[in-house]
Amino acid sequence: MLSEAEFRGTVVEMLQWAATTLPKDVVDALKRCKRREREYVAILQFECMLKNLELAKRLGAPICQDTGIPIFFMELGTGLKLDFDPIAALKRAVKEATLAIPLRANIVDPISRVNTKTNVGEGMPAVHLELVRGKRLRIDLLLKGAGAENWSRLYMLRPSDGEAIERAVLLTVGEAGGQPCPPTIVGVGVGGSAEVACMLAKKALLRPLDRPNKDRRLARLELRLTRAANGLDIGPMGLGGKTTVLGVHVEKAACHTASLPVAIDLQCWAARRASAELVGNRMRVEVP
Amino acid sequence: MRKQLRPPLVEKQVGQLKVGDIVGITGKIVTARDKAYARAIELLRSGKRLPLDLRGGVVYHCGPLSRKTKEGWQVLSAGPTTSARLNSMQAEFVGRTGVRALIGKGGVGEDVAGELARLGCVYLAFTGGAGVLAARAIKGVQKVLWQDLGATEALWVFRVQDFGPLVVAVDAWGNNLYTRKIQAGGGHL
Repeated sequence: MLSEAEFRGTVVEMLQWAATTLPKDVVDALKRCKRREREYVAILQFECMLKNLELAKRLGAPICQDTGIPIFFMELGTGLKLDFDPIAALKRAVKEATLAIPLRANIVDPISRVNTKTNVGEGMPAVHLELVRGKRLRIDLLLKGAGAENWSRLYMLRPSDGEAIERAVLLTVGEAGGQPCPPTIVGVGVGGSAEVACMLAKKALLRPLDRPNKDRRLARLELRLTRAANGLDIGPMGLGGKTTVLGVHVEKAACHTASLPVAIDLQCWAARRASAELVGNRMRVEVP
Repeated sequence: MRKQLRPPLVEKQVGQLKVGDIVGITGKIVTARDKAYARAIELLRSGKRLPLDLRGGVVYHCGPLSRKTKEGWQVLSAGPTTSARLNSMQAEFVGRTGVRALIGKGGVGEDVAGELARLGCVYLAFTGGAGVLAARAIKGVQKVLWQDLGATEALWVFRVQDFGPLVVAVDAWGNNLYTRKIQAGGGHL
């Protein structure tokens, strides 16, 4: 049986990995986009990003001082027996990682604004639990900095408006400008209900940049939105250029005939994520 | 080596900078963000003094990630934070303190850019997320003031060497790299 210590250790390892190293698909995308730029200021932004990634990896230091808030997606098999509370264990792991890595203590009470100093607080870190059949246990982690998270948007649009989704996405990316640390990954949740759309938008950020959408219509929409967003000339860090987004990821759910919820969730260029899965009795951290 | 600014800066030096120039800073910079801005303004409004003189100074929008060791503070990652959060306080803060350069990311509001030009203050962009690159240019922590605001929101006084590359993104002539670019672009579906 999986032990609490093993589970916790895995989560700390995931946080360490995510805070200090970017997934290969993101690094490759940054390198590819750098080659496309013609303006010196835009090229310089990419040079700084890539140099910073090398330094962070070499020194084991967090890429960005805003180590964000950890968002966990956990798939838990109903047939799996655990002798510990996995959510409590996640929280303990976040506290441990905050001291060990270290992570910046970002979590405060929303009213008093008093910092808990542990990155754990009422209802946080976010743990989105999904029950699945069998004995599966999978954890996906996103680290979200405030610069990008603050530009999350929810629109309840008119279903009859043909280009409403495109306009909502471009409006958000355009209005955000350089603030969310572009080039961003744009997660878009279409349909469902207000909260389902938000969840889809966030979950869309887990998909690697080199994996196309399985739904062909959504894949075409993603391509169209990527091109249009990159035509806004916001550029890396908002200083102008051809790269405003690394990709647009759209996920959908069915919705009410009278509704069209569209949620948008931006991730900064330092798109930090990590995953782990239970294999036998051990958790294996996937190095993306 | 790129052009170095050595604070304290005078109006003439700041006036020579043009949007798109690349510079570095050597000397002293002080971090400040939301809570420190609010406290500084409150103190200066009521005729009190700040614990340090910021005239001609360089203020860095940053909440560093640091570790306290036996030898003192070790800054691990210290990239810029979003400057636009300070939009409503920016002009008053610069006006009352006499700061000559701000370092941040994402730019300031259009009206704030105009105010900065009037006050003779430039805005320098450091690449967001490049926290380790920034930390490498920080050669020492001189002091940490207002620690009661929390480590992230406190005033960190850093001694830096060739801190950069910094892009002059808003100059003292009212040019703004952020808005000009966006106005010149435009989306096409």
